[in-house]
Amino acid sequence: MINFSKHAGFNLSRRHRAEQRFQWAGRFAILISLAFLVIMLGSIFRDASGVMRQSQIAVAVDLGPEAIDAADIANISFGKILKSAMRARFPDVMKRKDKKRLYNLVSPEASFEIKRQLTNDPALFGRVQTLWLTASDDLDLYLRGKIDTSLPENQRQISDAQIAWIKDLKQAGQIRRVVNWNFLTNGDSREPEIAGILSALVGSLFSLAVCFSLSFPIGIGAAIFLEEFAPTNRITSLIEVNINNLAAVPSIVFGLLGLSIFLGYFGLPRSSPLVGGMVLALMTLPTIIIAARAALKSVPPSFKQAALALGATPVQAVFHHVLPAALPGMLTGAIVGMAQALGETAPLLMIGMVAFIVDVPQSILEPATALPVQIFLWADSPERAFTEKTAAAIIVLLVLLIAMNLSVILLRRKLEQRF
Amino acid sequence: MTVRLMTSAAAALLVLAAPATARDQINIVGSSTVFPFSTTVAERFGKSTEFKTPIVESTGSGGGLKLFCAGVGVDTPDITNASRRIKPSEVALCAENGVTDIVEAMIGFDGIVFANSIASAQIELTLRDIFLALAKDVPTIDGTTQPNPYVTWDQINPDLPSVRIEVLGPPPTSGTRDAFAELAMEGGCKSFDWVRALKTSDKPVYKSLCHTIREDGAYIEAGENDNLIVQKLKANKDAFGIFGYSFLEQNGDLVQGALINGVAPEFDDIADGNYPIARSLYFYVKKAHVGVVPGIRAFLSEFISEDAWGEDGYLADKGLIPLGQGAQENWADRITGLKLLEM
Repeated sequence: MINFSKHAGFNLSRRHRAEQRFQWAGRFAILISLAFLVIMLGSIFRDASGVMRQSQIAVAVDLGPEAIDAADIANISFGKILKSAMRARFPDVMKRKDKKRLYNLVSPEASFEIKRQLTNDPALFGRVQTLWLTASDDLDLYLRGKIDTSLPENQRQISDAQIAWIKDLKQAGQIRRVVNWNFLTNGDSREPEIAGILSALVGSLFSLAVCFSLSFPIGIGAAIFLEEFAPTNRITSLIEVNINNLAAVPSIVFGLLGLSIFLGYFGLPRSSPLVGGMVLALMTLPTIIIAARAALKSVPPSFKQAALALGATPVQAVFHHVLPAALPGMLTGAIVGMAQALGETAPLLMIGMVAFIVDVPQSILEPATALPVQIFLWADSPERAFTEKTAAAIIVLLVLLIAMNLSVILLRRKLEQRF
Repeated sequence: MTVRLMTSAAAALLVLAAPATARDQINIVGSSTVFPFSTTVAERFGKSTEFKTPIVESTGSGGGLKLFCAGVGVDTPDITNASRRIKPSEVALCAENGVTDIVEAMIGFDGIVFANSIASAQIELTLRDIFLALAKDVPTIDGTTQPNPYVTWDQINPDLPSVRIEVLGPPPTSGTRDAFAELAMEGGCKSFDWVRALKTSDKPVYKSLCHTIREDGAYIEAGENDNLIVQKLKANKDAFGIFGYSFLEQNGDLVQGALINGVAPEFDDIADGNYPIARSLYFYVKKAHVGVVPGIRAFLSEFISEDAWGEDGYLADKGLIPLGQGAQENWADRITGLKLLEM
């Protein structure tokens, strides 16, 4: 008798082992990539946690009639008023160097904060008022234990005298930590304690809106024509090869193109999200076209044939039947392109969007910067507190990406047809 | 339907994009070293006056001057920052494009530090040590050159530690690198008598000998980000890094600057000119734009106010090392008088 099991099961256990090995290798690969993701996110979130709250100091500011003139708010030197308030709190500080250290406990923004609070609430005039003002970044770092006080005084950012003042203020309940909404509502600043993400976020959203409204219709149109209508000849295959090549061109090249054409030839405003969006649209077009063509190709030809057989024109067949079925795939391609555009800095450098811009842009023609540029600029700043801002800005960028992806998933689920 | 909507939106967008004719915001470009100072002044200026906050772009000194010299008109920048003086070739380029009236402003100094981790010992170097450690070819006593033979520091100078030479520094595109080559490398190079004689007899050879940095791995180009260099020094105790003084000041708990020719990179010593690797920082103003773009005069007076560039001003807090009292008055006069650049 022939032993079938021996022949059929030729090396069966060895093949099973190989199967197991492969599965374990796969699991291991996933585990490693997950571990990297966790480490990356963990370190970003750890660094960013400091941005959640900010420190404030209560300062008794003399707003009495002999100190200031309430009618002439524009010409009041609030810096002077703040300084004398700080001196009044610690009257035994005499030396010029020490006085300066004392003033440095509050943010340079504080004098503008007094002005703002007064403009909003003129009832504050007339007597000494205790106002909560933003503390300096060094004070904030010290309160959170980020400054190693065991080091010699000249190696750290905060002096022994300052530490003594902070302890004194803390005992008197004149220091508090509040939720830092400023990070989301302020524009950029050179002072880490008041620097915010809003101007970059709005700039990014404007650029993306311009980019999407240009690249999506143009890209889809080009894809439909090339895939459904264009004859197959030398010219269309040349165009096809070029589109594929363009997808691999380094993005800085598009920036140079934008510089010479949009800024140089058309004279569009430098640093504006309009030009930024146009450059990014050039960059994302090939990606969108390629993805859209693949999506169109994946629609069964029977859709179109059936429509044509029932008397639809080719345009009707494509727009009524093929396009709706291909739309989810096209959207995926578009969102991949948008995500690329969102993270891009190199082309923006050439058109002046790598810049320090404080004011939040109100339109696509006003100067703006973008989120990745903001991350880059903060990462490059000497002040230690900007490390945290950098991490927090990365989180904002990630949240935006996740939101974009999520909206596409939802949209796709709504539009998807199964066949 | 959606496609049609989007197409019309895109068309509307293009119509909207009429070229801007006037500008009510100062436009500043230039050096990434001056960027932190320029932006600080711009921010305060925007907050304390009725003018808009100027836009400051970080393009590098060379890139900034190129944009600045592209012509006169609101589509070109008003001010460019530079971490070195404008070159005659750049003045010529400017003149060619109609930018003839340039106002020069020197704003202060920046020390370039040679630092290592605080976990190692602070070392003392001469410019000659630095040159011998980093040059591609080193001169010998008898008037010839040889490829740099030094592998460890103590081969150069027996007082130095016996660790491998490993220096992280800026890439060739950086103004810091230019200044380092000119001040530190050339300073050490000149200490050979026959090389100094070469300066007058054969300048190109002198320059290439003195300015060329070795490429055998002892000098590592670490990119433009100085924070990155600080982090790498923290991780590698034996390495040294080259970066600007403000990063040393902010990271005094991680890194320490080497003494150069016996002088530590301290604020006062750089200000007094005792520290040998210090460069001047500048900005250049297009005079034709003063009065056309609103606020340039006010911006200049904010920059040269005692509050800003003074000895105790906010720029000093940011790490700018002020000019001395006399020089400051002199420059302030030239800047407020919009005195034209003289090469």
